[in-house]
Amino acid sequence: MTSTAGVDSRILKAPHPVPGAPDNWKRFFSFNTDAKVIGIQYIATALFFLLVGGLLAMIMRGELITPEADLVDRTVYNGLYTMHGTIMLFLFIFPVLNGLNNLLIPCMIGAPDMAFPKLNAAAFWMVPVFGVILMASFLVPGGPASSGWWSYPPVSLQNPLGHLINGEALWILAVALSGISSIMGAVNFVTTILRMRAPGMTLGRMPIFCWTALSAQTIQLIGLPALTGGAVMLLFDLAVGTSFYRPEGGGDPVLYQHFFWFYSHPAVYVIILPVFGVFSELFPVYARKPLFGYPFVAGASLVIVGLSLIVWVHHMFPSGVPQWMRDVFMVTTMLIAVPTGIKVFAWLATLWGGKLRLNTAMLFALGGLFNFVFAGVTGIMLATVPVDIHVNNTYFVVGHFHYVIYGAATMGVYAAIYHWFPKFTGHMYYEGLGKLHFLLTFLGTNLNFFPMHPLGLMGMPRRVSSYDPEFAFWNVIASLGAFLLGVSIIPFLLNLVSSWVRGPKSPANPWNAIGLEWLLPSPPPAENFEEHVPTVISGPYGYGTGRPLVEHQDEIERALLKA
Amino acid sequence: MTISPPLDAPPTPQGHEAAHANHSLTGFIIFLCSESVIFLAFFTGYAVLKLSAVQWLPSGVEGLEWRTPLLYTVVLVSSSGTVALAERCLSKGQLWGFRAFWLLSMAMGAVFLYGQAIEWRSLSFGITSGSFGSCFYLLTGFHGLHVLSGILLMALMLQRSFRPANYAAGEQGVIATSLFWHFVDVIWVMLFLLLYAWS
Repeated sequence: MTSTAGVDSRILKAPHPVPGAPDNWKRFFSFNTDAKVIGIQYIATALFFLLVGGLLAMIMRGELITPEADLVDRTVYNGLYTMHGTIMLFLFIFPVLNGLNNLLIPCMIGAPDMAFPKLNAAAFWMVPVFGVILMASFLVPGGPASSGWWSYPPVSLQNPLGHLINGEALWILAVALSGISSIMGAVNFVTTILRMRAPGMTLGRMPIFCWTALSAQTIQLIGLPALTGGAVMLLFDLAVGTSFYRPEGGGDPVLYQHFFWFYSHPAVYVIILPVFGVFSELFPVYARKPLFGYPFVAGASLVIVGLSLIVWVHHMFPSGVPQWMRDVFMVTTMLIAVPTGIKVFAWLATLWGGKLRLNTAMLFALGGLFNFVFAGVTGIMLATVPVDIHVNNTYFVVGHFHYVIYGAATMGVYAAIYHWFPKFTGHMYYEGLGKLHFLLTFLGTNLNFFPMHPLGLMGMPRRVSSYDPEFAFWNVIASLGAFLLGVSIIPFLLNLVSSWVRGPKSPANPWNAIGLEWLLPSPPPAENFEEHVPTVISGPYGYGTGRPLVEHQDEIERALLKA
Repeated sequence: MTISPPLDAPPTPQGHEAAHANHSLTGFIIFLCSESVIFLAFFTGYAVLKLSAVQWLPSGVEGLEWRTPLLYTVVLVSSSGTVALAERCLSKGQLWGFRAFWLLSMAMGAVFLYGQAIEWRSLSFGITSGSFGSCFYLLTGFHGLHVLSGILLMALMLQRSFRPANYAAGEQGVIATSLFWHFVDVIWVMLFLLLYAWS
């Protein structure tokens, strides 16, 4: 019995002496180097910017509820969609995923923290800094950047007021800082995953979330420097008067598109791969079955990394690229459907015949999967050159990527937040509010983004504040969906705050899940397992097999129950 | 397979060190791989602009003078050798040899930067003289910044070498810095070929 006593004392005393005791709120506003604090900082910051970006979206949908441009000025509208896209990508979805990475990766692989804790904190604190820089562009003369989130020259090189500090320059600065922060994060995540796994946790025993995070961060490392390089040249063209993209000096505007999409298409996989990881973690837990085809799901992530680097020209089919490029990139783009399809079938096979537990997290995962499959179908349509040229710059494209980024990725993020909420806060969330959140989100997403597909096929261009009255019907529905999505955030935030403050205490493993993070107390102590890292003796997702995951598992579980 | 200690075993110092091992070299190598992509992007942009240009050189410019830059190239590339010699001294425990070769490498880097500055002043075109001027100053300037960072990193490592017993068990910072220096040299060779040799 001596051994259990040792575990008891470790678990009972560990969370309290650390500076970040669970009810010490100040640590969330400090330069804290604990990955779990940084993870929550990332997620809270990202949710704040989700509200800002969502507010801009609702102003746009308010404008589009009538065919006339009557709510906001046309130039303001240009700024709105530019800032909406930029905020949602660089200040919501990337930070929120980095938050999940910070919370989950060290716990899942049994590391005490990230490889470079100070670098980690520095990377996080750059997010509010470039957030403020981007927000400040609303206040400079001439308003914020207005050339769309991709900032194509020559439109982005217009600077009619002639100020050195203008919306576009601040935009480039913010994006460059975001890139530096993400590269710092990526170096950290990759090093941590490669070098700090628990004894016995070979790559082949690593949870899929870590595989997908590793793949996504590899893309960041390869792609982001190209975008940063391209952005530096854009800044020089704008501020100094160089001629990288200015045709009058021998520059080539299409060159920027290559740099931009060489990163920004793979960025979609940076976003969706961790969400694939979330699906792969959640389905086995709530279906009580091992993940179907683990090596294929893991390998498919690496295949996606490789393919993601050779598809970018599909964003440029109408940009005057040669025909052979169109053909090649159409084929490579369609090939992406193969590894993605492998994953979707693996999840379906995992769910098949399982005893499904439909709590909020599982509902969000299933809803996200549904939306992802829909987005995949329209994605294949867009990969086809003739269809793409037909619907280029219409709402069809807008509908497609909102299904990916809100319908699949953001719903997957919600699923992850609900699933791991008890683990990292020590409190259970309220199922009723959670299910209300799911219902409103799922309805809102489909009401908002489905109508964009018929609109696009009918020929309604994106980025306009007024349109032909024949498009009014679908636009009204889309706007109602957008407002519903706005409302859906209320039960979500209410749930997060109230259950963290006064929700019922969570046990260490409320879902009977298998994984190293569930062998830690809720919330885990500052250094996770500290010196007592268990040795992993089998692969993940052993549901229904009775195989223990680690040595001394019974002992650890008994101690956690007592605590 | 390694067997984990029973949970009630007192924490071993080795266990604690393993959990907090220094992974900076791994991290730095990953960063260097990432950093190389930004140069790759600039090189590609340069090649695309050059190949599609109607008039590449600004009017009145015949071409770049390559003899003097070649001399400075030799200086910079040889500094990779002196860095390697410095590392060799360090591994043998000859701290003063390390410092001497390290300082020599820093000086050679500085000579290269000086040569670069002299060349910039002598040129008849500026950064706004068409795509050629833009590319030339961006590429050489961005590389020059890397040389400068390398010299600063080396200065930091040199200062650290005066801390007692700091390099007793090998120093990841020195290995990382010398990797960075070799990287900067390789990039320069490619740049020299692209800017001066390819005309």
